[in-house]
Amino acid sequence: MPHAVPMTTSPQKEDDDSSLPDAPTPPSDESQGKTEIDKSNNGKTDIKLEDLFNDDDDDEYDDGEETPSSEVMGRELKSSPPMKPLEIAPTAKYSDPEIMLAFYQRLFPFRYLYQWLNHSMKPSKDFGHREFAFTLQNDVYLRYQSFPSSDLLRKDVLRLNPSRFEIGPVYTANPSDRKILRKSTAFRPMEKELVFDIDLTDYDEIRTCCNKANICHKCWSFVTMAIKIVDAALRDDFGFQHIMWVYSGRRGAHAWISDKRARTMDDHRRRALAGYLEVIKGGAQSGKKVNPKRTYNGDLHPHLARSLDLLKGHFQTDILEGQDPWSDNDKAERLLKLLPDKALNDALRKKWDSAPGRSSASKWADIDTLAKTGASKTLDGRALLEAKQDVVLEYTYPRLDVEVSKKQIHLLKSPFVIHPGTGRVCVPIDLRRLERFDPLGVPTVTELLGEIDAWDSASKKPERDEKSKKLQDYEKTSLKPYVDYFRAHVASILKEEKGVKREREDGDPMEF
Amino acid sequence: MIKQEFNRIDPKRRNIVAHKKKQFAESAYEKQEYPHRLNLYELPPTADITLEDFEKWAIDRLRILAELEACSFRNKTPSETAEHIKPLLLKYLPLSPNSSAPSSVAWRDPKLQQERQKDHYSHFILRLAFSSTEDLRRRFARIETALFKLRFQNDDTRERQDFVRSLDFNWETVGDEEKKALATNLRSATPGLKKEELEEGGWFKVDFETVPELVEQRRVFLKAGKAYVPVREQMSMVLAGFTERLDKGLELTSRALPRLDEDDRLTPILTHLSKNFATPDAHISDSDSSLPGAPINASSIDLLSQHFPLCMRNLHLTLRKNDHLKHFGRLQYTLFLKGIGLNLEDALIFWRASFKRKTDDEFNKEYKYNVRHSYGDVGGDATRRGRGYSPFSCQKILTEHPPGSNEAHGCPYRHFSPDNLVALLQATGVNDRDVLCGVREDVAEDKKRYHIACNRVFEYAHKAELRKVKEEGTWPASELDTIVHPNTYFKRSYLLKNGGKVGVEESGRGDEMEM
Repeated sequence: MPHAVPMTTSPQKEDDDSSLPDAPTPPSDESQGKTEIDKSNNGKTDIKLEDLFNDDDDDEYDDGEETPSSEVMGRELKSSPPMKPLEIAPTAKYSDPEIMLAFYQRLFPFRYLYQWLNHSMKPSKDFGHREFAFTLQNDVYLRYQSFPSSDLLRKDVLRLNPSRFEIGPVYTANPSDRKILRKSTAFRPMEKELVFDIDLTDYDEIRTCCNKANICHKCWSFVTMAIKIVDAALRDDFGFQHIMWVYSGRRGAHAWISDKRARTMDDHRRRALAGYLEVIKGGAQSGKKVNPKRTYNGDLHPHLARSLDLLKGHFQTDILEGQDPWSDNDKAERLLKLLPDKALNDALRKKWDSAPGRSSASKWADIDTLAKTGASKTLDGRALLEAKQDVVLEYTYPRLDVEVSKKQIHLLKSPFVIHPGTGRVCVPIDLRRLERFDPLGVPTVTELLGEIDAWDSASKKPERDEKSKKLQDYEKTSLKPYVDYFRAHVASILKEEKGVKREREDGDPMEF
Repeated sequence: MIKQEFNRIDPKRRNIVAHKKKQFAESAYEKQEYPHRLNLYELPPTADITLEDFEKWAIDRLRILAELEACSFRNKTPSETAEHIKPLLLKYLPLSPNSSAPSSVAWRDPKLQQERQKDHYSHFILRLAFSSTEDLRRRFARIETALFKLRFQNDDTRERQDFVRSLDFNWETVGDEEKKALATNLRSATPGLKKEELEEGGWFKVDFETVPELVEQRRVFLKAGKAYVPVREQMSMVLAGFTERLDKGLELTSRALPRLDEDDRLTPILTHLSKNFATPDAHISDSDSSLPGAPINASSIDLLSQHFPLCMRNLHLTLRKNDHLKHFGRLQYTLFLKGIGLNLEDALIFWRASFKRKTDDEFNKEYKYNVRHSYGDVGGDATRRGRGYSPFSCQKILTEHPPGSNEAHGCPYRHFSPDNLVALLQATGVNDRDVLCGVREDVAEDKKRYHIACNRVFEYAHKAELRKVKEEGTWPASELDTIVHPNTYFKRSYLLKNGGKVGVEESGRGDEMEM
């Protein structure tokens, strides 16, 4: 179709600061040189319309803890952090610039982040040509930042003190050189981790406990289910190994897949993979949203059959009991709409009308009971079974924001940054303890900084020996298990990449 | 083709032929032969052709490609497309199977060779013409792939097998034991599989990246990164191979293109060719949709919405109901409003007023930019952004970004369940039983004629007016064609209801609008 026109003009929102009319003028004296805000645009990258628009209204940061931004920028920063006690009142706001700064200085695992993105200890393009995008405290958005090493990334993060930052693809050239390249084709994305995004707002039509940005333990089980399903497919079907799940800080989770094969996938293949995983389709008015293909004898695709197996138990406990979605008879109409037999539906409706407030679990059981008693003469048992399977999928199968996964160029929030709305750290989720992961128990930045102080004051009095002083700050806090998990994850990537590289080097000794 | 490759001298060993012998050695670039009807276009042509042939062959191929593309815009099914293209192919770009030649010469038949040469050369000429921009490359690759697919499907079974065998693909066959062990999975992963196929048919094991289409539609069994593909899905793999080679080739061509400047005979022809194939989308002009004199401003949208097609009507109703639209909805609607002639200033007023429950601050921060960007007012390179995006065509709305949960964009005929669709139609005043029945039939799973449904509603809603203009002959026939763009719907509806006339000078532009 001719309208599949790539944008030759690249609509980068940061490039026009008039787009943020209420933002203060960008920092002047501090941010000279390459991190200056892009006022003009080079239009070189192939950014699609949808990428521009995908910071949707239901933005993660919508409850706007607006932070005063004026003082932040003028601060004098030393490259080595001062080790004085932080003296942060526990009541301090987590979006307070000073708190953010202390977090970056003392807790953020820059070194592992570097290794994770670089796939090696040695500096390489994988990191050097990688795009970072900063959101400053005054909401100015800086794209195309790049850094040769973790130290330089750290230095700039400390200087700019962003409220969050995102990670983009590795480009064919250094993003900071993109304007001096002669040809527009010389600057394009080359590699990026395959990513997935699960967001609980996409479950609003089926969750009864919360809506919008709010979450509780009940609805977190949707995310747990989604992680299980997607993770199983990625490992068993696609053969990926280096998958890390990260709590997004408020009401969702991200997956980052670092296998070489995943990183080098082009957009076409990403779209195929996303399509493979996407089952729930349709907008507000589409009616039945799960319509999987079946073979002539009613089998589902192995991926769906496996998913259904994994989800059955959750459906009973987390949906029927936890969410109780059809307790009102009005709401039960939704269920009836998904069932195929009219006579059976009439019988069910009659039964439920005479017993208002009947629980969802009982209603679900009623379907089979009434079907067996022969409430409908036209009943097709297989159609009913399949419809019931579809209902289970509609209420439990992952609802992915697939647009995020389809494009290399898509930016995704970095692990370990602070969610500006909740103050929680975007920590990795250990799959071995997935069921026990508690999003509401994830440490907030203020708690963590308090923990360092508590540790320091506790250890100062009995004058410890030299060794304990060498403890890194994160080790003094409840962030430790998460950083350790991250480190182990990174180590396994490095190990594999090393093997791959050696293979490549040894590959053809005759080739010069 | 394959033979040729064999003859070619490996660049690293070129000096094996002694220098003195070399000048008497046979040219490596001899005339190519075409044992197969189909061609993956891996080797560029090397023989000389006349300038006349150069242009003529290219134009002939271009004709076919343009027709193919038009078919896809009109949402024709593959079989309809094949039917439509067949006579044209025979006329402009015939490719006969080997079996059509006398068996004594088989594929060496000069007529066959000539046809195949033309196919081969014209492909490469168009490659030159269409490799200059990313946009052209992508379109060219897509249509060429469609053409290849069409021909592949129509190829004689035996010849197709020969062709596939001649290709050098890395396909691992699945052993009997493995096949047995995975039988259940293979069966349930491959809908429509026959028993014999499972037991006797061959299976390939390939990297899943090779068969993205099958993966996307979940029509293949995947295990540890390998896809298990039955023989009959070969096409998908051959197609993937074709596209991959073509994409690479185009990329290479584009890099080599600047050097072509030296030949001042070819450049004008190539430029001319690519211009004829320019993206219609880029040239949407004001006169296509705007209505001079019509009162189109922020406060008239509510009133005008009666002339909107159902997709926009639905967005408008949703906007009024929720005081909000999600972003693809905003995008689709903003561009449509831009298309009907709402200027940026009014668009901002309209959206500001519509998002009642947002504060000025929220509006300015989260929404204003997107509206301005749609109008090309901000973002991107000032010299390149032009006037922002073009309003979406039906094709785009139907095929891209299907609505997700709580989203209202897309095409109601396609993205609504039939019951909800009928309810919406009734809410917008379409109550005629026959029309509703017709619509239900049009959008049914086996028909998928969403355009027809929309046009059916249009004709019903403007029955009297349409009869009048037809009787009076005030509208040119091109203005009575099937509507394939929401903005065309609005324009016709508005003109019909207001007794306006369609200027003759505009009628020729219908095609440009379709994008």
